[in-house]
Amino acid sequence: MTDLPHSPEQPVVAVETSRWKTFLKSDIVWSYRHSPVTIVASIVALLLILMAVFAPLLAPYNPFNPATLNLMDGFTPPNSSSFSGKYFALGTDSQGRDMLSTIMYGSRVSLFVGFMATLFAMVMGVGLGLVSGYVGGVVDAIIMRVADVQLSFPAILIALLIFGVARGIIPPNQQEGAAVWVLIVAIGLANWAQFARTVRGATMVERQKDYVSAARLLGVNPIIILLRHVLPNVLGPVLVIGTISLALAIIEEATLSYLGVGVPPTQPSLGTLIRIGQQFMFSGEWWIILFPAITLILLALSVNLLGDWLRDALNPKLR
Amino acid sequence: MHSSLTRIAAVLVASTMLAGVANAETIRWARSSDALTLDPHSQNQGNTHTLAHHIYETLIGRDNDGSLTPRLATEWALKDGDPTVWVFKLREGVKFHNGNDFTAEDVVYSIERAKSEFSNMKQLHAEVQSVTAVDDHTVEFQMTGPALIYPNNLTNTFIMDKTWSDEHDLAVVQDFASGASNYSVLNTNGTGPYTLVSREVDVKTTLTYNEGWWGEKPPVTDIEYLTIADAQTRISALLSGEIDIVQDVPPQDIERLSNTAGFKVEIGPENRFIYFGYKFGDEPLKSSNITDSNPFNNPLVREAMELALDRDAIQQVVMRGQSIPTGIPNPPFVRGWTEELDAYPAPDVEKAKALMAEAGYPDGFSVTLDTPNNRYVNDEAISTAYVGMLGQIGINVTLASRPVAEHSPIILANESDFYLLGWGVPTFDSAYVFNDLIHTKTELHGTYNVGLYSNPELDEKIIALGTMDDMDARDATVAEIWDVVKADRVLLPIHNQVLAYAMREGVTLPVQPENQPNMTTVTFE
Amino acid sequence: MLAFIARRLVQSVIVMLVVAFIAFLVFRYVGDPLAALLSQDAKQADYDAARERLGLDQPFYVQFYYFVINALQGQFGISYRLQQPVSQLILERLPATIELAFASATIALVFGVLLGIYTALRPRAFSTGVIMTGSLVGVSLPTFLIGIGLIYVFAVELKWLPSFGRGEVVQIGWWRTGLLTQSGLRSLVLPAITLSLFQLTLIMRLVRAEMLEVLRTDYIRFARARGLSQRAINFGHALRNTMVPVITITGLQLGSVIAFAIITETVFQWPGVGSLFVNSVAAVDVPVMAAYLVFVALVFVVINLIVDILYFIVDPRLRDGARTGK
Repeated sequence: MTDLPHSPEQPVVAVETSRWKTFLKSDIVWSYRHSPVTIVASIVALLLILMAVFAPLLAPYNPFNPATLNLMDGFTPPNSSSFSGKYFALGTDSQGRDMLSTIMYGSRVSLFVGFMATLFAMVMGVGLGLVSGYVGGVVDAIIMRVADVQLSFPAILIALLIFGVARGIIPPNQQEGAAVWVLIVAIGLANWAQFARTVRGATMVERQKDYVSAARLLGVNPIIILLRHVLPNVLGPVLVIGTISLALAIIEEATLSYLGVGVPPTQPSLGTLIRIGQQFMFSGEWWIILFPAITLILLALSVNLLGDWLRDALNPKLR
Repeated sequence: MHSSLTRIAAVLVASTMLAGVANAETIRWARSSDALTLDPHSQNQGNTHTLAHHIYETLIGRDNDGSLTPRLATEWALKDGDPTVWVFKLREGVKFHNGNDFTAEDVVYSIERAKSEFSNMKQLHAEVQSVTAVDDHTVEFQMTGPALIYPNNLTNTFIMDKTWSDEHDLAVVQDFASGASNYSVLNTNGTGPYTLVSREVDVKTTLTYNEGWWGEKPPVTDIEYLTIADAQTRISALLSGEIDIVQDVPPQDIERLSNTAGFKVEIGPENRFIYFGYKFGDEPLKSSNITDSNPFNNPLVREAMELALDRDAIQQVVMRGQSIPTGIPNPPFVRGWTEELDAYPAPDVEKAKALMAEAGYPDGFSVTLDTPNNRYVNDEAISTAYVGMLGQIGINVTLASRPVAEHSPIILANESDFYLLGWGVPTFDSAYVFNDLIHTKTELHGTYNVGLYSNPELDEKIIALGTMDDMDARDATVAEIWDVVKADRVLLPIHNQVLAYAMREGVTLPVQPENQPNMTTVTFE
Repeated sequence: MLAFIARRLVQSVIVMLVVAFIAFLVFRYVGDPLAALLSQDAKQADYDAARERLGLDQPFYVQFYYFVINALQGQFGISYRLQQPVSQLILERLPATIELAFASATIALVFGVLLGIYTALRPRAFSTGVIMTGSLVGVSLPTFLIGIGLIYVFAVELKWLPSFGRGEVVQIGWWRTGLLTQSGLRSLVLPAITLSLFQLTLIMRLVRAEMLEVLRTDYIRFARARGLSQRAINFGHALRNTMVPVITITGLQLGSVIAFAIITETVFQWPGVGSLFVNSVAAVDVPVMAAYLVFVALVFVVINLIVDILYFIVDPRLRDGARTGK
């Protein structure tokens, strides 16, 4: 070890810097730098995500702990102090929950469900897509037929159905604890087909190539071929679909919660907050619906913009 | 019955108001859900009765203050010397919409139909042994025993035309399971003030005044009855001038509507209370971290839970002042209600914590609260608020919020440890509450006693109420039962609901305590 | 050709059966219709009797068997909630949904194509950036929020348009249309716009992408070299080549517009099959819910089948190749 104090490290740094430099010079960075909308969108998305992740540290109150709430603080307008003398920057809702904290915690729920559902859809879709494209034949026909049917149904309807089935299977007194996971599975299952289709197409193309045939002849495990060689080639489109799916999943979660089949009202997501706030639209308490709605729109919009940019950036033909 | 005087007064008032009214006045009236059917005996449900009351009539009506009024029956009394027979004198000169005369035969037919297998009204007439026509305008009801309060059960049982019903083969009540619809689901022939013009289920029903009606001609001659499920859409439609009267106004919109020029809100108490129930018995709760005992079975815990419940805060914030907090699961309209029973303790978190410690739960416990989210006014918000209040005394509650169609089966199967429910008292008598909520759960009683409270002594008294023939003795027993119910905290009442109808300026629809308003009571300015 | 269609038909039947099965499975578990059907003072014995009469005490597969047998004859039973034959209820409400779906598809198609062409021809214009970003706002707004917002602005504050329902309708045979009265047309505006926004964005992006693709092909370059006017190239050649996939997608989307209408119909209280479905869910009206899902599946299967057959006729390459997936 002592013989080689510096030499091995030096080139590594050099390689990393040069890689970093190449990355900075790449098309993707170029297009990012020249798209002010994308820069703004990514900053907004990052801020919202950070806000959600660090909500327990940043939020002035913990709205998910019912013991700290004072019902008499309910309906406090923004930027004013309440019945019990506390200050609320964005006001409180009908239960006396601080809107700012509730939105931070609510975004956390929405983003968690969105990310996990997308991840679920991605893993399932990519997996099935790889298998379908590589194996072909009957397996391919079945998987793609299911994907076809699913793609032609609106995701919300599918998620509602899956939610219904899950409700029937889980005993009533465990439903609340499982609600978030049921939501994730329902939204995930509703969105996998897009991934599968894209990956299948790319896999079929790759499979024809000589290096794959060669590897197959050499007896390399097909799973290794798929993971080592085919997967990296489809990552671009998967990333694009993933980003757009994330935005979709966030909106789907909101819609399900709005329809009243989402998370429990004591741990509201953004959609639940909008559902609750809608009741107060005509009675003058506009802040209860407005702030969560703005947050939801900003979140979905910024993620959508990123996805949109990513698609164009990875597909130079369209630029 | 003293009601004939009130009726004369009502007629006088109505006729003075009629003076300035034009000949045809249309009212566009919207509420959240439609009548389920036009078959008068198929469903025992408020919205269905509300529409039916415009087309069909009952023997006895109910005033907005809860008292009984003559309708198709002009007088009723127990038969001299026999407390098991009720005698009804029928109104003369009444005709059905198709021109047939209304006679005792129609009453016999209708009550028998209401008692038949597929009728949802049959529970109310379970004590009727037989109905006989004495003459064309007198009917006798032979009861199975003394039934002092039976006339209360007749206010939603509609009278059909026997001849017409036979023509259309209606002897069997519409049966939802039969796979076939019957003629009376979409066609009507009543004696009521309005006749059916058209009906598009779940969308719109139109009615027009029945010129042959026996009563005083009401100011409203045409009715458009609309179903608008979403509360905000309903309010929007009123604000944009597309409808005149909205039922089921959310409490939070009342203030703004009253302050908006051109609109007003009529408010009045409803004959319905909202309460929390919990599981009795020694068996551990299904949703709790305490696995060796049932905390709810400990009276100290129940007392602590009542002291944690800030009814006034719920009334002020959640209900926006639109509720009447109560300490007894019984609305003021109901016979047996008293002010002493209605009193409730001021919340006291410190004392509640001390009680929890004394009960052996110094660190509290966890439990799931099942709540409906589309049945009662702000039901989910009430439960959410109570979750916070219980959190302050260490009871850690998970809230399970479901639409009523999912909530009810869980409740009815005794699956819930802790739940929110509401209860209306259509007979305006305490026995109705005792029979279904207090009596031990059996085949015939305690259907909604899903907390499985059981007190054999009370059960005996409740059963005895059914056959008492002296009103004073009966009232005394009712009072005894209430004292035990209150002391045991069998249920944890929150408040009585308040009804709000919003309407455009110039129209007045008074609140009906069973939420069954009648357009004949509308007045114009 | 016949073999192809036959295979497709078999696949469609399987799809329908699976959907029916899932629908049935879900709805058996969403709740208990008896609580809504029986009165507050019904006794335990009444519940048991009703359960037996409805066949709810039968094993699951027996119930499903009868459901399929009856469905094949167009019989979905009687709505628990409204006590009328379900098939009649759906037929009564279908015109409302179809009129709404067509109105919104028209809006989406017209504006989607126009904006798509515009943004494709001016890829670097500032206005294109605004439209593209704006369209993303449209996609990022949940439908229910758009509906509520439109009602608030145009019905409550401005009082220009009705906030709910279909207005006056005219009966033509069994079809009840709102297109022939002024109030009917006015009622259509807000829900149609709400429902169209999502599809509009989709079509606009599709047209733009296809146009950009086509404008880059050799065929267009050749046309340009031949000296054809830019206008003739854009509209005569590029657009025509773009429209095939656009029309296909729009056709396929018509089905999802009908299904998407659930939320729009609920917000605007539009008396179509979507709001019938939502109201039935709340009341656990199983026959209506199951029939609705089967109906939606049928719409999709039929549209897909038609598109497949059209493809088959239009694209000769498909005739000899086995076609898996799409």
